[in-house]
Amino acid sequence: MISFIIKRLLQSMLVMLTVAFISFGLFRFVGDPVSNMAGQDTSIEDRQELRKSLGLDDPVYIQFFNFTINAAQGKFGQSYMLREPVRELMAKRFPATLELALVSSVIAMLLGVPMGVYTAIRRNTLLSKAFMTISLMGVSLPTFLIGILLILLFGVTLRWLPTFGRGDVVQLGWWSTGLLTASGLKAIIMPAITLGIFQMTLIMRLVRAEMMEILRTDYIKFGRARGLSNRSLYFRHALKNTLIPVITITGLQIGSIIAFALITESVFQWPGMGLLFIQAVGNADVPIMAAYLVLIAFIFVVINLIVDVLYVIVDPRLRASSEGD
Amino acid sequence: MENQEIERGRIADFLHRLNDNDIWWSFWHSPVAVLSAALALFMIFISVFASVIAPFNPFDLASLDLMDSSLPPVWQSGGDPRFLLGTDDQGRDILSTILYGSRISLLVGFVSVIFSLILGVGLGLISGYVGGRTDAIIMRIADVQLSFPAILIALLLDGVARTLLPKDVHSEIAIYVMIFAIAVSGWVQYARTVRSMVMTEKVKEYVQAGQVIGLGQFTIMWRHILPNVIGPVFVIGTLHLALAIIIEATLSFLGVGLPPTTPSLGTLIRIGNEYLFSGEWWITIFPGAALVAIALSVNLFGDWLRDAINPKLL
Amino acid sequence: MSQLQIENLTVEFPSRKGDFIAVQDFSIELQAGEILGVVGESGAGKSTVGNAVIGLLQKPGHMIGGTISLDGERIDDLDEEIMRAIRGKRIGMIFQDPLTSLNPIETIANQLIETIVLHLKLSKADARKKAVDLLDQVGIPDPSVRIDQYPHQFSGGMRQRVVIALALCADPEVIIADEPTTALDVSVQAQILDLMRGLCRERNVGMILITHDMGVIAEVTDRVAVMYRGKLVEIGETAQVLGSPKHDYTKSLISAVPRPDKRINRFPLVTYIEDVGERKEVDIANHWLGQTQDYADFDGPLLKLTDLSMRFITKHSIFPSKRIYLDAVKKVNFDIKSGEVFGIVGESGSGKSTIARMVTGIYKPTGGKIEFAGADLTAMTTAKEINPWRRQMQMVFQDPFSSLNGRMRVEDIIAEPIQFHKQVSTNAECYAIVHDLLDIVGLGKVAARKFPHEFSGGQRQRISIARALATRPRFLVCDEPTSALDVSIQAQVLNLLKDLQEEMGLTMMFISHDLPVIRQMCDRVAVMRNGEICEIAETEDLFNNPKHEYSQHLLSLMPKFFMDKN
Repeated sequence: MISFIIKRLLQSMLVMLTVAFISFGLFRFVGDPVSNMAGQDTSIEDRQELRKSLGLDDPVYIQFFNFTINAAQGKFGQSYMLREPVRELMAKRFPATLELALVSSVIAMLLGVPMGVYTAIRRNTLLSKAFMTISLMGVSLPTFLIGILLILLFGVTLRWLPTFGRGDVVQLGWWSTGLLTASGLKAIIMPAITLGIFQMTLIMRLVRAEMMEILRTDYIKFGRARGLSNRSLYFRHALKNTLIPVITITGLQIGSIIAFALITESVFQWPGMGLLFIQAVGNADVPIMAAYLVLIAFIFVVINLIVDVLYVIVDPRLRASSEGD
Repeated sequence: MENQEIERGRIADFLHRLNDNDIWWSFWHSPVAVLSAALALFMIFISVFASVIAPFNPFDLASLDLMDSSLPPVWQSGGDPRFLLGTDDQGRDILSTILYGSRISLLVGFVSVIFSLILGVGLGLISGYVGGRTDAIIMRIADVQLSFPAILIALLLDGVARTLLPKDVHSEIAIYVMIFAIAVSGWVQYARTVRSMVMTEKVKEYVQAGQVIGLGQFTIMWRHILPNVIGPVFVIGTLHLALAIIIEATLSFLGVGLPPTTPSLGTLIRIGNEYLFSGEWWITIFPGAALVAIALSVNLFGDWLRDAINPKLL
Repeated sequence: MSQLQIENLTVEFPSRKGDFIAVQDFSIELQAGEILGVVGESGAGKSTVGNAVIGLLQKPGHMIGGTISLDGERIDDLDEEIMRAIRGKRIGMIFQDPLTSLNPIETIANQLIETIVLHLKLSKADARKKAVDLLDQVGIPDPSVRIDQYPHQFSGGMRQRVVIALALCADPEVIIADEPTTALDVSVQAQILDLMRGLCRERNVGMILITHDMGVIAEVTDRVAVMYRGKLVEIGETAQVLGSPKHDYTKSLISAVPRPDKRINRFPLVTYIEDVGERKEVDIANHWLGQTQDYADFDGPLLKLTDLSMRFITKHSIFPSKRIYLDAVKKVNFDIKSGEVFGIVGESGSGKSTIARMVTGIYKPTGGKIEFAGADLTAMTTAKEINPWRRQMQMVFQDPFSSLNGRMRVEDIIAEPIQFHKQVSTNAECYAIVHDLLDIVGLGKVAARKFPHEFSGGQRQRISIARALATRPRFLVCDEPTSALDVSIQAQVLNLLKDLQEEMGLTMMFISHDLPVIRQMCDRVAVMRNGEICEIAETEDLFNNPKHEYSQHLLSLMPKFFMDKN
């Protein structure tokens, strides 16, 4: 078990190093950092000075080493565009994105899993077909279009919900939350639904496919032949086995939640990291791009690690084989 | 004479097989499949022949008249019979821009799917068949790539292209950047599926029979394994087409995709979005509907295809 | 009164290509404490009978006639809720594959206790006590410890014991066992059958034992019902049915079972089921297939294995000391003479298939030497060097459903080796030979343009043989060529292999786990266990006077029903 986790940790470090390398390459070789940082009227001497302070004259491997050390501490330098330290910019935006992602994931799970189970068990009922249609719509309607339609309906026509921003936020230390104010809660409804629909669709289809597969297995057949109730077969034997692959894939999907958060943030002008990133891409603001890249990879790696551990806890077959490690 | 007969025999044989084929049969007995295929073909048809069908050429600046700008659809008061679905802020006919926009969206979708497919199937075959270290390397790359969803990769590539290239060059090559970005981000799913299928196929006895004959590895992969794993690839390809079109639209909507000079459906929605609050909903909603029609029909068809070929695929 | 009564059972499976009657007018009665065998070949509808009794017919199958009664009460028309209370409580069921019959992520205890609590309404603690008891009764050592383990921690035979415990846990009156020992090795099979017979006698439980295996029928059943294409063709005391069958099908079936007690030349009476087109006589000596003059004559043994070894890594690690190996074949030595049929017999995991795969070049041995007609194959490295030798040895595989590429036409499958080794110059010549080969294996030209899925298992095995012959080999490796086939089809394929061997003067390496088959086919036999050879002997010597204790053990497990007769 422990050596399994160590192995995973090493793999994660490798992933992080690769990503760090890519973002270093981005930072160092895409455009000239000096001319991006310096203003028009900076003298040549000042430019030299800046060059030196950035360490751009050092050998590349030392630069990469320094970059990695700094990145590990969250130091990515200054934004070219906003002239502020990237770390503070990101820290300010991070709570907004995380709250949005969490709320929408919870919505997606709470709806997706039961819908998937239902459509797998009662395949031919009307409700099942309705769920399947909804899920196809969820895949076929681009996230931004869902956002626009929601805005048009609830924002412009009915005027029930705000169409942009986070509403009022409350500061809890460095963390700013919108979940404790009425306007904040109201503001998160539409963005969270927009972001959650695609996830929900995905979870539902995954649960359905896995569940159907498991319901065909011999041990379910044998359970049925022993007179076990449908409830026990579905929820005790099948669902538990279903959740194993579901955990993995949902874990892998965290990346997409964040990517889709970026679209949602753009549609609703949600002050999160994604919006910052899109602006950075439009303005070729490399330090922010590099930092965003590393942060996403980090989140991905951490969640994957958690998923791996969960996997071992749920599946006794893995537990046994990892004991032998 | 004899050749003709053999030929006729082959055609009869083919028709008999077709009639016997479960997938073909279930296609014609599934109204959803037939309708979605018809709708998808219709959308493809009208966009391929956009220049013939469209009442106006929206890129011909000379034909535009600002007097015609922001007209609502025909059935609303103030509508102009020349512009069935209304006009945008520059007086372009919405119907025509949709037709041209669909063409670009479909083009980007198809080309990037083909690139992804070739790359993914190739790497998946190699990874699954050769195994060992090669497999480990390819799959690790796939893992890392999977942590960055398509949209993120496309955004990054676009950001890089923007930094490296002057602005006017960038909008000219935007479509290639876009295709490249979507293609590169899409290969993983093909590779993973093909790899796992190859791993189950390669231990089957027909592959061993090939080895006993003495066939080379490439022949075995190409002649024996590939035809047995290709079915699900079509399913993924179909669903990926819908996804690629949506990604392209999303990027264009975010303003990092195709420029307004060669607008795709996503660009049109982006342009329209600015007028949403002033009540000119048709500039957004109609291109949006066209986009959904394409994506939905392709997805419905792919969904049916998956159920017919291999329900276990996601 | 009989415990279980099935009257005029008829089951239909509707499909778009017409409705299929899987079981028709089937009637049997099961007495308390009796073991009733239901025997038949694949597709006979025997499993459908079992599923119908327990009310779990696979959809869209459904009963269109007949009744099923338990203790005189009809149970086939009950509501699902009431029927569920009968399943497991009054009728227990045992399935074929112990590896997939248990939920992999629940402990044995949980699965047992759940079922016991459900049916017997005991408290959890009492249920656990009963569960431990049951495991003890089905012969699981250390039951109070092992009950808390997961299924993957048990071997196949042990898992089947757990499955039996699960089927028995609510003390049912009737048990339906569907091929309960088919997935197990012979020695384990015997133990499980003993156990099941003992439990039935002890508890006075009636059992319907569904199987395709005449040996199993002879071993444990009191009465036997023979099914053919959904119909009951014969029923009676087991000894009487096996000893003097009345129906032609039963006669054909019994004559197709390979005799363990003496060697006969051909299997008689085996065309009842699959009418194979008459083999076209081809004058092999003057045919292209007979012209193999490019093989240099060789006096010594055609195949010579010296210290042949194969070691698989079962667990990879960067540190060599942490790797775990499996020695599948350990320093094996034997010779095969020209024109001889050499058998290898052993249980699964004995390494016999690994030897076949090393000889034919699928695996590269990790040690030792393979010499073929004097040439050292293990020393050759390039394809160019080795391909002329590859051409001379071919292989017939075990599984007819995976050994043919489903995406190729039959004619292309057979033509591939001819074209690859550039044996003929034109396509027309090549396909003419393919058609002749199809005639030789008894399928005929009509098969040429079809795809493998259009054929039955036996027919596919014939295609596989035709492909193996297409390179004009002089050495043929047969790896369990009939173990996936029904017994009457097996007899046909074995007859075909015998004929071909004689006509073409082939040398053969014949691998099987089935001793009677070995006796019918081979001149000499090697007995293998755990990667080592225990004994090599002339076939008749081995069967009459086995030297090694493992050979004696294997022989003692052979089905005995023929022996009683002589």
